[in-house]
Amino acid sequence: MSTMNQAKVEKYRNDFLKEVTANVEEGEWVKMCMQCGVCAGSCPFGPYWEHPPQEIFMMIRAGKREEVLTSTSMWMCTSCYNCIARCPRELPITHIMHGLAHYADRLGLAPKNQPTRKFANLFWNNLTKKGRANELKLGIALYFMNGFIEGIKTALKMQKMGLNMFKTKRLSPMELLGGHGIKDTGGLHAILKKAREIELANAEKFNG
Amino acid sequence: MSKKEYSFYPGCSSQKGASASNYQVSVDSMCDVLDIKLNEIPDWNCCSASIGYAGGGVLPRLALSARNMALSEQAHGDQDIVATCAACWLATRETKERLLHDEALMKDTNEALAAGGLKVEAKQNVRHMVEVLIEDFGYDGLAKNVKKPLDGIKIAGYVGCQTNRPFGIAGESFENPKYLDKLIETMGAEPVENYDKKVSCCGGALIFSEPEKSHALIKDIIEAAYDGGADMIVTPCPVCQLNVEAYQDQINAKYKTKFNMPVVYYSQLMSVAYGKSGKEAGLDGQVIAARKLEEIAGK
Amino acid sequence: MADEIKIGAYICQGCGIGDRVDTAQLAQVAQRDAKASIVREHAFLCNAEGVKMIQDDIDNEGVNRVAICACSRRAKTEAFNFEGVAITRGNLREGVIWIRPDTDEARETTQDMADDYVRMAVTEAKYMTPPKGDDNTKYTPKVLIVGGGVSGMTAAVEAAKAGYQCTIVEKSGALGGAAAKAWKRIPQHAPYADPEDTGVAELIKAVEESDKITVHLNSHLTKTSGAPGRFSADITTESGSTTTENFGAIVQASGYFEYDARQLPELGYGKSANVVTQAELDAMAKEADGGPIKTKDGKEVNSVAFIQCAGQRSEKEGHLPYCSGHCCLTSIKQAMYFKDQNPDIDTNVIYTDLRTPGAGGEDFYRSGQQKGITFTKGAVSEVVASGDALEVKFKDLILDEDTSEKVDLVVLATGQVPNSGVDIEAMAAVVEGEEDGAEPEEPTAVQVPVESILNLTYRQGPDVPHLKYGFNDSHFICFPYETRRTGIYTTGPVRRPMDMQQAIEDATGAAMKAIQAIENAAKGRAAHPRSGDLSFPSFRREGCTQCKRCTVECPFGAIDEDEERYPQFNEERCRRCGTCMGACPVRVISFENYSVDSVGQQLKIVDIPDEFEEKPRILALACENDAYPALDMAAMNKVEYSAFVRVIPVRCLGSVNLIWITDALNSGYDGVVMMGCQKGENYQCHFVRGSEIAHVRMSKVDDTLQSLSLEPERVSVHEVAITDIERAPALINEMAETIEKIGMSPFKF
Repeated sequence: MSTMNQAKVEKYRNDFLKEVTANVEEGEWVKMCMQCGVCAGSCPFGPYWEHPPQEIFMMIRAGKREEVLTSTSMWMCTSCYNCIARCPRELPITHIMHGLAHYADRLGLAPKNQPTRKFANLFWNNLTKKGRANELKLGIALYFMNGFIEGIKTALKMQKMGLNMFKTKRLSPMELLGGHGIKDTGGLHAILKKAREIELANAEKFNG
Repeated sequence: MSKKEYSFYPGCSSQKGASASNYQVSVDSMCDVLDIKLNEIPDWNCCSASIGYAGGGVLPRLALSARNMALSEQAHGDQDIVATCAACWLATRETKERLLHDEALMKDTNEALAAGGLKVEAKQNVRHMVEVLIEDFGYDGLAKNVKKPLDGIKIAGYVGCQTNRPFGIAGESFENPKYLDKLIETMGAEPVENYDKKVSCCGGALIFSEPEKSHALIKDIIEAAYDGGADMIVTPCPVCQLNVEAYQDQINAKYKTKFNMPVVYYSQLMSVAYGKSGKEAGLDGQVIAARKLEEIAGK
Repeated sequence: MADEIKIGAYICQGCGIGDRVDTAQLAQVAQRDAKASIVREHAFLCNAEGVKMIQDDIDNEGVNRVAICACSRRAKTEAFNFEGVAITRGNLREGVIWIRPDTDEARETTQDMADDYVRMAVTEAKYMTPPKGDDNTKYTPKVLIVGGGVSGMTAAVEAAKAGYQCTIVEKSGALGGAAAKAWKRIPQHAPYADPEDTGVAELIKAVEESDKITVHLNSHLTKTSGAPGRFSADITTESGSTTTENFGAIVQASGYFEYDARQLPELGYGKSANVVTQAELDAMAKEADGGPIKTKDGKEVNSVAFIQCAGQRSEKEGHLPYCSGHCCLTSIKQAMYFKDQNPDIDTNVIYTDLRTPGAGGEDFYRSGQQKGITFTKGAVSEVVASGDALEVKFKDLILDEDTSEKVDLVVLATGQVPNSGVDIEAMAAVVEGEEDGAEPEEPTAVQVPVESILNLTYRQGPDVPHLKYGFNDSHFICFPYETRRTGIYTTGPVRRPMDMQQAIEDATGAAMKAIQAIENAAKGRAAHPRSGDLSFPSFRREGCTQCKRCTVECPFGAIDEDEERYPQFNEERCRRCGTCMGACPVRVISFENYSVDSVGQQLKIVDIPDEFEEKPRILALACENDAYPALDMAAMNKVEYSAFVRVIPVRCLGSVNLIWITDALNSGYDGVVMMGCQKGENYQCHFVRGSEIAHVRMSKVDDTLQSLSLEPERVSVHEVAITDIERAPALINEMAETIEKIGMSPFKF
């Protein structure tokens, strides 16, 4: 991975585009953007993107590898699919953003303290452990993802909401002890491990 | 009418003690009236929703849904897979479409599944419960079972994102789907006309990582419902329901608003209209009590 | 017998006319006031029985002028079509009952209106002669095609297929034009994914194999004279030998010059051999013929930047202000030359607005993206040599930053400059300026070597007039190919920038127009827009003062001057607009069925009530192409307008002679409204300049008003479009209100 982090990219050449095509979910679509900007105008978090999607696509084409992969932008995606529904070129923008985020995370280039990055990783680890999401553990982990003191503060802020959920039996303290899970965790883990292996091998193949 | 059977994918949030457990309660009572049998997929797993992407790559994520489909094929043959959760439905349906449109992906996925002793064909339909209602019963069919029309309740139909995009309900537009309004009408209530946040985003999973930004979106969703004279909001999505209902205290504190807007599921409306009790309709699971529904249920 | 005027007036009672007005009174008016010989009422004039009644009168009673007082002249034209007689129409339906309320108060003024329209129709008939047509016509089924490129060859092949002889005159030594120099062309077939063979070789083959097409290479026209049906052209070769041939029509497909890229030193052209134009790149690709494209010093190209709008769409001095239309797609095509040969070659198309017109344009763009062509929205400031490479400096307009890219080759998308010959209007302005003793203005347009293409012997100059940016004038939406020289049709990039596919479609249309011109000329009929009209202008020589207004103002260059400097009409060139008639200060020009009298007497027969009756009269002169149909449509929509107006359709506002206005004001009209078509650069005038000329003339009507001590508001001139269904009636009502304000004319008797 470390060699990938220093990949030399020439401006406005296809180097980085090719890398994205090989490694990023639906990355082959990046070249199809026609720069209309409908995605940016349709995004609920539009104003918070450092670089809206069409800009990210142009940056990829311009070879701005470092800036793209270290950007917080794609972590702003709420997965509302508005951009996909409206893109006149039918780019699967939501997926590309997820894919870029994943790739940046895999390379270790994603911003360390980006909250969505942290939460998304917590979520994945939480669900893959027992095969199902454990909302309470996830919630607690979430409060403390920025450290212990921050966690206590967040927990206090969220206290009433949590209590409401407990009261209405929509959050169970039982979840702390074991909680829900699937039976065949072994099988699931084997599947996920294999899937990851195949994916990386495919990218290798593409990268030559 | 003979019993209709489906292979059911309940999803994590519908589990006992989880955030949408009351949704499941109301779905059960609604299905009871409609004579629907939901056959739970044995040992189903989480779909990773739309937030699993950081940790999971494409193939691991697709493998999660593929495993569920494989288990469904094994246990329930060619029964349609039905999900009540928007994210579960979306992830599963997307996996099906991608596997069927990409042979290489199908091959890779089956190679991964083989590590767990499974195999997928991805041939069954993957449907949201709303599709089952509209397509297999129809509005007229659904109206037949109404015992207590929801007279005098004005409801904002909040469709949200993932039951609407990118797939949506067949025949509906992305920008102004009508099915929820029609369901509201079918149950005897009055839909808010031109509810302008109908398909807006509530922040989804980013409520956890970007709470302030999400609260701003939710505030607009609730405000628009009040502007339309709504007594409550109805939604087909557990994430929408949770986000719009449970954070009103925090939004009130921040924006000096006085929101107290009940947010219910379509299935809860239907259970009540079908004559089920408040408990059977999962109304005891409301953080903000849906008084007008409770009144009708109590009659 | 033929000279004896016998007018039959026919009054229809159908469509509600009989219910709304007293037709017996109309019949009386026709007979008593307008002196019709035979007057008949009919309940349903346009049915077979009614038509037969009229035909019987023509056959048995010697009626040779037919005044049909029924619906608009634009309705029932097939029913009311009688051979050999002059026909006029009194518009009682669209002109009267449909635009007036059916109320007791309105009844009297509605009847007044109908009475007048009957008087006018009968009077007009009295001053009309049935057009006999031109006896001296010639049938020459031969098309002269100037230019042997794709446009010219297509026109030839199409006209030949339709059975017409064609002669192509090509300046260079080979057929094919600019297209022959290209390696491939923008695709014309689904899925529009890859460049296609140019098809030029097949086209040349089709030309060479046709027994109907003659080709003169290394030749040009040294003299073109005559008119549709009888053009005569001197075809002169490089060596100087001349042959003279006759043609029925001419298609001018003289193409374009490539913009001179030496005017773009900032983009490195002329400084580095690796900065080339699109045309040069196509030549390089042709040379490589599918192999690697190499630079002049023999190096394989690994990276290319295409700079769009090089010297185009720019207001800078020496640049072309317009878009040449094909260049974005051409760059995509050329980038594919590289990508298809080796996908690893980097190709970057730098554009400000990517325009990909045509059915397959968007698909081709997508295919380019699919193949990995980079598209960058950016504005290039400079290209500089940087070691072995070229550095393209530009502002990325999406990323909003100044940046640059290093490439082996730069391709400039320069534009098309029309090869449209001499700008005769600029020439005339220079002559006029010299006569005025003023310095001729420096033309700022892009300079190309200007030689006449056609060398016409026309009084107005040797070439077809230009409209804008040097392109030949042809209304590219409403009347493509039609130039201001009847029987001469421009096609291809000489009339507007275009690519090969557009040129092919264009040339096919031009071939059709040429054929129409040949056939119409042979029958003595007008071409577009009064297609089929047999009348033509004649003038009374003894009254002519040789003022030259008609010869100068004719929009179509139809009138030359003879040796004695009298106007010499070329009927076949004439479009029958009547602009000459409107121009003539001594009123000696007229058509058989349209003259100073046929309109002048109509407006005079209108009953002018005296001042105290409070019934003003407004004369509306409405262009028959747009304004009159707009009023008809207003009537269909039951839009009401003033009962005091009397509308007379005119062929073109350009045909309006000032005497009509003077006569109207002198005879007690309270106001005059004139409605013509849009003029200027975006003209909609069917006769191109008629409306414009009329506006100029009418600006002088103030003198007349002053001499009569009348308010200037009493005369108004408007540009009206056919869609102005609400506005056209409103303009009439506006005049009625004005009169109410300023009072009645003092000139009533």
